[in-house]
Amino acid sequence: MLKDITIGQYFPGDTPIHRMDPRTKILNVIFYIIALFSCGGIVGYVLVLAYLIAAVRISRIKLKTILKGVKPLIIIIIFTALLNMFYTPGNELVHFWRLTITDAGLKNAVLMVARIIMLITGTFLLTYTTSPITLTDGLELLLNPLKKLHAPVHELAMMMSIALRFIPTLIEETDKIMSAQKARGADFETGNLIQKAKALIPILVPLFVSAFRRADELATAMECRCYTGGEGRTRLNPLHWQRLDTIGLICGIVLLTGVIVLRQFGL
Amino acid sequence: MNPIIETKELTHIYSRGTPFERVALDSVNFSVNPGEFMGIIGHTGSGKSTLIQHLNGLLKPTDGQVLFDGTDIWGDKHFTRQVRFKVGLVFQYPEYQLFEETVFKDISLGPKNMKLPEEEIRRRVYEAAAFVELPDSVMELSPFELSGGQKRRVAIAGVIAMEPDVLILDEPTAGLDPKGREQILSNIRAYQDARHATVIMVSHSMEEIADSVERLVVIHDAHIAMDGTPREVFAHASELESMGLSVPQVTNVFLRLRKMGLDVDTSVYTTEQAKAALLALKGGRPGC
Ligand SMILES: Nc1ncnc2c1ncn2[C@@H]1O[C@H](COP(=O)(O)OP(=O)(O)OP(=O)(O)O)[C@@H](O)[C@H]1O
Ligand SMILES: [Mg+2]
Repeated sequence: MLKDITIGQYFPGDTPIHRMDPRTKILNVIFYIIALFSCGGIVGYVLVLAYLIAAVRISRIKLKTILKGVKPLIIIIIFTALLNMFYTPGNELVHFWRLTITDAGLKNAVLMVARIIMLITGTFLLTYTTSPITLTDGLELLLNPLKKLHAPVHELAMMMSIALRFIPTLIEETDKIMSAQKARGADFETGNLIQKAKALIPILVPLFVSAFRRADELATAMECRCYTGGEGRTRLNPLHWQRLDTIGLICGIVLLTGVIVLRQFGL
Repeated sequence: MNPIIETKELTHIYSRGTPFERVALDSVNFSVNPGEFMGIIGHTGSGKSTLIQHLNGLLKPTDGQVLFDGTDIWGDKHFTRQVRFKVGLVFQYPEYQLFEETVFKDISLGPKNMKLPEEEIRRRVYEAAAFVELPDSVMELSPFELSGGQKRRVAIAGVIAMEPDVLILDEPTAGLDPKGREQILSNIRAYQDARHATVIMVSHSMEEIADSVERLVVIHDAHIAMDGTPREVFAHASELESMGLSVPQVTNVFLRLRKMGLDVDTSVYTTEQAKAALLALKGGRPGC
């Protein structure tokens, strides 16, 4: 059911990846994404893939969990693959009706799918191994220089951590409301599209009402604890740069440099 | 007498196959007889809500069966939906799930889903409102304008309007003042008497349970730990304590009296019984 959505979910653990500073992980993901999109050939992709597999293995996140994260995006992936397959010019391989598959198209489709899956998996690994609070802490620190330009960095980070914090709560709440409606005979499974959309109204109304109520309560609670924004705020668990982080950062830089060098040789 | 609801080796595991896997019910065998007023108690997280959500087919068992009138409720999709009308479930804090523009519309949701004729729906809505003592004047108000206790009663009326044979309530009085609690409990009893319905009530208040139920089931750590009359269950004060539960206050008082050397009957669990026991001790002479 809805509970199976794993986006933004954190799986606690005690592996080097879990212990790493969030800043290292965020930077690593950025390096990883740049590397992924700079690949000049198969060898580059293999290198990036190896990096991903190594990271997943170290984090001890189960393959099943990772695939579950990819599942909701399967339609987009298939759509991209089909578009690439049929609309890339090149040497014709198969031809039927008005569609042609070319060799370049096939290659493009495969690479595109690999890219998307690697992109999703890589970024999910970040949220799987970093609790939302440390994640936003890391983000805030990384963006700190922007404060000089009067960018509301702290506020953005706070909004993000609240949003992340409430995703599971809202999902849980939706589940509850749906159960309560089902208990009174509401039917969400059968019927045509319009009937199904109509059946959603009884869920959305209480969900919005409770979301606003929660927001209101949260604001009051924060004010009661003297929250006045980021000015002068200290941390319960200040982030510490460890040797692990230096190693992690070096790995990321090596990956990116490696891919760029390979690209020069067209690999 | 054949049980109206029965579970066989009912097991439920949440988030199976993830690091958050949690066995909330473990091979539970349990049956409810028609017309019974049953109480369910248990520590927070023991699995009470999980159990009752199986009884009307909201949760699907990971393993085992739930029978309604001897038929597996998951055997046939059509039957599962019928069971939801026959076994009415009032959730924990149900007032957060009200959504219609008016109280009338909200209460009529269940009967409407049953595809009843307009006239019958009206009759049921007004009857259900009468059971929970909602005045006619609130019927056209928005549910959001009502007080907490009134909202709770609207939510209960929404389930009663389906005229279920079995009424299940998950902590129906949580967070209400003493008067509101007493009122809701007497509403529930009125419904039971009028419809000869079976009632199952989850509660954290031992006094409330002691005053209402004929049979008491204790759930502890995904298992049924005790099952019997309140007198039988409350006789195990120390075991209940070890499960994070307690006996009613009066029973505690009598246990203390016994400890202090007074020869009293420690199996009392309501104030009525306590009064009788104390009078008996005085030698049956009324007055102080
Ligand atoms: N939707 C869910 N997903 C995962 N775990 C759950 C879910 N609902 C309940 N649990 C877990 O199952 C166990 C039993 O929960 P349940 O809600 O049945 O307890 P309860 O006895 O009703 O408690 P309370 O008295 O607090 O209402 C708890 O440990 C809870 O954490
Ligand atoms: Mg509960």
